[in-house]
Amino acid sequence: MRGIAPSSSSLTTGAAPDDGADPMSCALVAVAQRGDREAFARLFAHFAPRVKSYMLKLGAPPQRAEDLAQDTMLAVWRKAALFDPAKAEAATWVFTIARNLRIDGLRRERHPEVSDEALAEHEDDRPRADALMDGAQRATRLRGALRDLTPEQAQVVHLSFFADLAHPAIAERLNLPLGTVKSRLRLAMGKIRKALGDES
Amino acid sequence: MTESGEIGPWSSGQSAGRHPQHHPSDALLVGYGAGGLGEGLSLAVALHLAACPECRAALADIQAVGGALLDDLPPEPLERLTLADTLARLDREGCAAPPRRRCRPEEAGTPDLLRPYIGSLAAVPWQRLAPGVRRAELLPRTARGGCAQLLRIAPGTALPHHGHGGLELTLVLAGSFSDELGRYVAGDIAEADGDVRHQPIADSHEECLCLIATEAPLRFTGLMGRLMQPFIGL
Repeated sequence: MRGIAPSSSSLTTGAAPDDGADPMSCALVAVAQRGDREAFARLFAHFAPRVKSYMLKLGAPPQRAEDLAQDTMLAVWRKAALFDPAKAEAATWVFTIARNLRIDGLRRERHPEVSDEALAEHEDDRPRADALMDGAQRATRLRGALRDLTPEQAQVVHLSFFADLAHPAIAERLNLPLGTVKSRLRLAMGKIRKALGDES
Repeated sequence: MTESGEIGPWSSGQSAGRHPQHHPSDALLVGYGAGGLGEGLSLAVALHLAACPECRAALADIQAVGGALLDDLPPEPLERLTLADTLARLDREGCAAPPRRRCRPEEAGTPDLLRPYIGSLAAVPWQRLAPGVRRAELLPRTARGGCAQLLRIAPGTALPHHGHGGLELTLVLAGSFSDELGRYVAGDIAEADGDVRHQPIADSHEECLCLIATEAPLRFTGLMGRLMQPFIGL
């Protein structure tokens, strides 16, 4: 099955992670390559309580939040071969799994996504970390950019991720004009892209 | 092909090698990446992402924000959930990823993202809405007030001027249309919100096939919303 044979990209980039590599990314690669249960235990200890926290914030009752956290960790194991440390941090990858399971479990909807196979055909989806920064540096700069958001920008970013609301509903909740919410999100993303060197 | 025999080649526009010119706003892309959009709006954004490397890069940054926010959440102590039970479930239920849905031969030429909803585009039951306009429901109205439909608009047909009660996305799958804000071809997304009023016109020799997804703001999700919404989507 696919899970046994990691893609060539995760073999080359993951087999010999550099010194500054994120320990969670290394653990994910170890799970993908050798079904390493100790590595999975580290992932579980770090992510399961945080995913539970995420589910609680999004309105899941406590037992449901734990069930969804477990489903997330099961998917982390089963899909580990799809993780490419050159493309994303482990936390980013776990976030997308938790997000999709949350939408499915709490809202009974799907989150349509472009499949990895479809993306593999695109030359221009090269790993972006290759550009100027390694993963650890990107993570540090991203966190710096998040700290630099104004309180108003941080508020709309947090509501976007933790309130299950689209921007028009965020504007209603905050009693702000829609244009204000849109411009706060635009400015916030501008700062983040600048910090990551992805300005267009 | 279908009963009418007048359908253009659906997949032609997807692979024209041209990147889209009309993109989702940052707010919309954040909503997609954060998982705050309803399924219909997300489907429209995903169809754009399939055609747009720039927006895929922007999405990667948004999801990285999601990862950083997840990492920074205070860990919530686990009550019943344990590592041992999770490993036992892997032993019991298997470690393999679930198999991907395979493409049936008749679905070739239909965008991947649409297959779970309609199977093959050639088998869609179209319903006549007005002269030159046909519609097929893709996603019925959800509890959140979202819905999605496919429209086929004959060349030169103008849709009535309309405003928007909530957020409305139009994603072109084939052909093209124009409105006051520009010309939209395959992969382009038009985002209308608040009090934008526009009058789209199918402007090429080819039929325009597009997906229209709407989501009403909170105030429209009650009974009134359900009574009003059928008139807002178009």
